[in-house]
Amino acid sequence: MSKDPINDKSIRSMIQEKKYARSQSAVMEKLAPKIFLICAVISIFTTLGIIFTLLTETFTFFNRVSIVEFLTNTRWFPFTSDKNADYGILALVMGTLTITAIAMVVAIPVGLAAAIYLSEYASAKTRKFIKPILEVLAGVPTIVYGFFALTFVTPLLDKIIPGGISTFNALSPGIVVGIMIIPMIASLSEDAMNAVPNSMREAALALGATRFEVAVTVVLPAALSGVIASFVLGISRAIGETMIVTIAGGSRPTTDINVTESIQTMTAYIVQVSQGDTGYGTTIYYSIYAVGMTLFLFTLMMNLLAQFISRKFREEY
Amino acid sequence: MSLINKEIVHKRLIKRMTANRFAKFGFILATSFSLMVLGVLIYRILVEGLHYLSFEFITNFASRIPERAGIWAALLGTLWIMAVTAPVSFILGVGTAIYLEEYAKKNAFTKFIQINIANLAGVPSIVFGLLGLTIFVRLAGLGSSVLAGGLTMSLLILPVIVVASQEAIRTVPREIREASFGMGATKWQTIRRIVFPAALPGILTGTILALSRAVGETAPLLVLGALAYVAFVPENLFSQFTVLPIQLYNWTSRPQEEFHMLAASGIIILMVILLIMNSIAVFIRNKFHKRS
Repeated sequence: MSKDPINDKSIRSMIQEKKYARSQSAVMEKLAPKIFLICAVISIFTTLGIIFTLLTETFTFFNRVSIVEFLTNTRWFPFTSDKNADYGILALVMGTLTITAIAMVVAIPVGLAAAIYLSEYASAKTRKFIKPILEVLAGVPTIVYGFFALTFVTPLLDKIIPGGISTFNALSPGIVVGIMIIPMIASLSEDAMNAVPNSMREAALALGATRFEVAVTVVLPAALSGVIASFVLGISRAIGETMIVTIAGGSRPTTDINVTESIQTMTAYIVQVSQGDTGYGTTIYYSIYAVGMTLFLFTLMMNLLAQFISRKFREEY
Repeated sequence: MSLINKEIVHKRLIKRMTANRFAKFGFILATSFSLMVLGVLIYRILVEGLHYLSFEFITNFASRIPERAGIWAALLGTLWIMAVTAPVSFILGVGTAIYLEEYAKKNAFTKFIQINIANLAGVPSIVFGLLGLTIFVRLAGLGSSVLAGGLTMSLLILPVIVVASQEAIRTVPREIREASFGMGATKWQTIRRIVFPAALPGILTGTILALSRAVGETAPLLVLGALAYVAFVPENLFSQFTVLPIQLYNWTSRPQEEFHMLAASGIIILMVILLIMNSIAVFIRNKFHKRS
């Protein structure tokens, strides 16, 4: 009789082996969901970590600087002796809002127009050509946009604007932040408009409406919740944008806004402090968390608002 | 008298047609504005950056003398950060996605995780820097190290990977899942041998795109205390480091024109890296997209 490795084993040992393999896979079967649950819970811990970090360090900050001063003082000037230091968040908030406003003036009309063109006018071929370019534009790192703002847009504005413009100003980074946000608004708005069923367009066209009238009076109202949500998300991005405003905006927090002059945003202040040699435990160190908290609340509100708009006012077809 | 005044109708028609034509022109102009900006951006960077671009530029350390300056430390720093971020964010991201798509019951807790991830995606990157500064640099005592930077970046891109992986898993057809169960496979066997391999191209595409975002990200690492001027290469996970975008920021923020040109040279390298990563992602997407 030839040696057969399988038949040579006793039935008993084969049963044992099978049992062992079964129990092994049974362990994995039970373990897998738990391991994956831990992964999923980490995302919750990230949020908790952010809130915990910001709250505790901000609390320390408010032990040294009164919350009333933080909210009502209009001057932000921490880099001096503790007695003379001013911590009025309003100056930084105004900087951020200025940048955001300029960015939206650029991004909303251009982004929306591009979205209308792509969804209502462009042929499939044109769309196939333009959409990847918009994706590339959305993938350009913000440091590159910052470089572009400082070395190209600012000198250009200096030539165009009578009276010139400071090396660091609000206008140039504002415009470039707007350019950065265009692809986002364009693609989100286009998605919203694409979701409008073709039968509605056809009905309007059959009544004799021009393409422009179809776009503005039929498609846009139907897709309005998605379009507005994209604007709000764009605002949120502009508020949180850091490198462009740090590089081209300067570091002069102020409440009286002149777009040709230097300003400072909340994000730029945080970078300025991290770049300096501020020691751990100083009031300035804690101030970046108070600023970060304000920034976080601003963007969180915008994100929740965007979700609320797109859920509440969505038209279902 | 006819019911319809043809002249008025005709006049209004012409008005509406003209409005349509002008609007279309405006929309095209707006769309090409983005293309023009991209063109000018690339042109400017090439004009400024080609001067210092050479092999030595890649292999030299940063220097006060523009001719001798290079990006070696920054380039390796970026690689080190990616060596931490890529595995950590991949495992956590895909794990979360598998949990949400395959195991999670449809209850309030699952919905909470989902909403939480959507909101994390909207948190400004600099806030993640503050998180990393407190938790990893100070509380965990890692210092401004490669490990602290890599972990912070992982958390930053985690939501992107989760969402992309969820979408990839969702596109796996139900039939092959059912076929697997029908053959007597258990849930874990089905996930490991059927669902995961089928979803892998989509997951990889999403992961690479997320990592390319991390490569270009500056703010969180600046806040963590990554150095701006580094003349050494990280040796282990606890070394201090700089990354390419921070080196570019350092050069850009100097007033001298020479350093702006160096920054432009560095931007060329950065953009080439991103282009390669994106091409790989698109390649994987196109290669495996047909089967489904």
